[in-house]
Amino acid sequence: MSAVPQSVAVAEARVTKHAIAPSRGSRPWTFYVLAGLFTFYVIALYGPMICIYILSFQDVRGGLVFPMKGLSLHWFVDLFTQVRTGDVKGAFDRSIKLAIVVTVITVVVSFMSAMAFRRRFPGDNIVFALMIGSLVAPGLVLGIGVGLLFNAIGIETSPYTSALGAQLSWTLPFGVLVMFAVMSRFNPAWEEAARDLGASTWQTIRLVILPVLAPGLVAVALFGFTLSYDEFARTLQTAGPQNTLPLEIWSMTLNVTSPSLYALGTVTTIISFLIIGAALGTIVFIQKRRGAGAS
Amino acid sequence: MAVLRGDIELAGLTKSYDGVTTVVQGINLRIPDGAYCCFLGPSGCGKTTILRMIAGHEDPTGGEILIGGENVVGLPPVARGTAMMFQSYALFPHLNVRDNIGFALRIRGLSKKDRNRQTDAMIEKVRLTELADRLPAQLSGGQQQRVALARAAITEPRVLLLDEPLSALDEQLRVRMRLELQRMQRDLGITFVHVTHSQLEAIALADMVVVMDRGEIRQAGAARDVYATPRDRYVAEFLGGQNVFAGRVDAINGDLASFASPQMKHIAVPVGSAPVSTGDTIDIAVRRDDVGLVRPGMDVAADTSWLASRVLAVEYQGNFVKVMLDATGTDEFIAYIPERTFFRDPYAIGDVVQATWPSHLARLLAKTTALTA
Repeated sequence: MSAVPQSVAVAEARVTKHAIAPSRGSRPWTFYVLAGLFTFYVIALYGPMICIYILSFQDVRGGLVFPMKGLSLHWFVDLFTQVRTGDVKGAFDRSIKLAIVVTVITVVVSFMSAMAFRRRFPGDNIVFALMIGSLVAPGLVLGIGVGLLFNAIGIETSPYTSALGAQLSWTLPFGVLVMFAVMSRFNPAWEEAARDLGASTWQTIRLVILPVLAPGLVAVALFGFTLSYDEFARTLQTAGPQNTLPLEIWSMTLNVTSPSLYALGTVTTIISFLIIGAALGTIVFIQKRRGAGAS
Repeated sequence: MAVLRGDIELAGLTKSYDGVTTVVQGINLRIPDGAYCCFLGPSGCGKTTILRMIAGHEDPTGGEILIGGENVVGLPPVARGTAMMFQSYALFPHLNVRDNIGFALRIRGLSKKDRNRQTDAMIEKVRLTELADRLPAQLSGGQQQRVALARAAITEPRVLLLDEPLSALDEQLRVRMRLELQRMQRDLGITFVHVTHSQLEAIALADMVVVMDRGEIRQAGAARDVYATPRDRYVAEFLGGQNVFAGRVDAINGDLASFASPQMKHIAVPVGSAPVSTGDTIDIAVRRDDVGLVRPGMDVAADTSWLASRVLAVEYQGNFVKVMLDATGTDEFIAYIPERTFFRDPYAIGDVVQATWPSHLARLLAKTTALTA
């Protein structure tokens, strides 16, 4: 009998000695290793961008490298007024409009394909593979291919034909994958319940499926928008005579040797953050409204 | 007999998903208006499929479903006058309690004022008034069930179909919600069809219990009939509370059959007019609470059957004691002894005892068909 408590005590001592899991007292050494690794990761991730943002606020004497010379908004003004920096405003305008079109198509098509894939159908795996396949194709090659094809058919490449198609080959697979993940949490019994209570198919979509999936749809829209707004490789050979914003920035890196390039970087980042903020705000709003019980 | 609006009749109802295996095999059943009917069976016995066919969420492969005398096969749920309560309730996660319950009225195009008036009356009926603005995720299991019930009941159906309505709840809540279901059924006065795999639930709730096995009905009847007078071994074992064992008939004296094996030579079973002859192997059921225990060597009354056996295990259950015996070899044999009786002379594991019961209380079971063999 007495052997049992003894062995328990021994086991306890062993556990406290070799415990790696966090205890109430001091943290294990692994915590500091991992915390250091994470800090390094964050610096590597955001450091380069922050350098650009800082350097964009120099005054007229500013150059492309540290140290910082003065503090002003000179290069932001320069960006939008000087012709030599290129057609930033026009490129920005084109990019936003194209991104909106891409977003709408991505959301609609992703939603519909997720609805279609709720049930299995003959050849569903092949259809799925075909949809996702274009993610694997190198973007630059795909863009050149689209450009070549348009050339062969004899149609001028332009933002709303060739560039739109090339960008959708990138945003749609993403949208579909996100939508599938969202859909996997959709309980088919909700649809049946709606039908049981007399709802038509359209009423079920409008009053149950769409509202339940709304946060997911916002996420898909956000994906579609940022992927299109940032897209370079597929757009390079397909955008036609006028540049989108990423193409404009790229050409500026070749020609412009002033901090207005950095100012452009700062401006586009701010816009990206505004869009992400708006999307998150929408999701929060949807959830708030539900919580408040408005109908 | 006049057909009432909540009468359900299943005629030759058959369902096969792949054309090869049939999950429901030509069911014939009549459920009277205003009855509380429970389909009872293990998972995969076809009970949920039957419910979904009555609800209109599944089309039968063959046969007819008549509600109020009218064949409803092919009609949408609303046209049938049925409403279903789903297994995990399927409450709309984006709508609060009021909007969930009022969903059917919104579909019907009622104005918001009318809708809210009717909905609030229903909310009061299921005592959810303080929770009307909550989302389903903010409710407990029991509250969710009340919302689901109210959402189905607001369509004023003539038949309410409940798919395992209590399985998502914990034990104590299950007992409470059972009472609530019973109360709702009395209040609404409509036919309830309830699918469950729990025999406790079925016999506690139902006016009519339908015991199912592999797409067929084994027995349908009042809860007490099904429990106390099971038709065959399957029903007896599924409902529990019975000792079922088999024996080969040695002789028939009057209406009592006796057995050949030495262990069963003191057992007699009334066979009535059943076609049993010497040499047949028959299934017998004896209720566990009809079995009494005495020490060996004690006298037993003339019309009493008894078995000599050994105590295998004793389980205290509070109001009775469950004594497991090694009486009949392969089949388990249990006696439910009232608590006070047991402790007057408690038995220990390994004690030799005689299990006794009045012979006329044993029952001959219908011969097990090929289905369960």
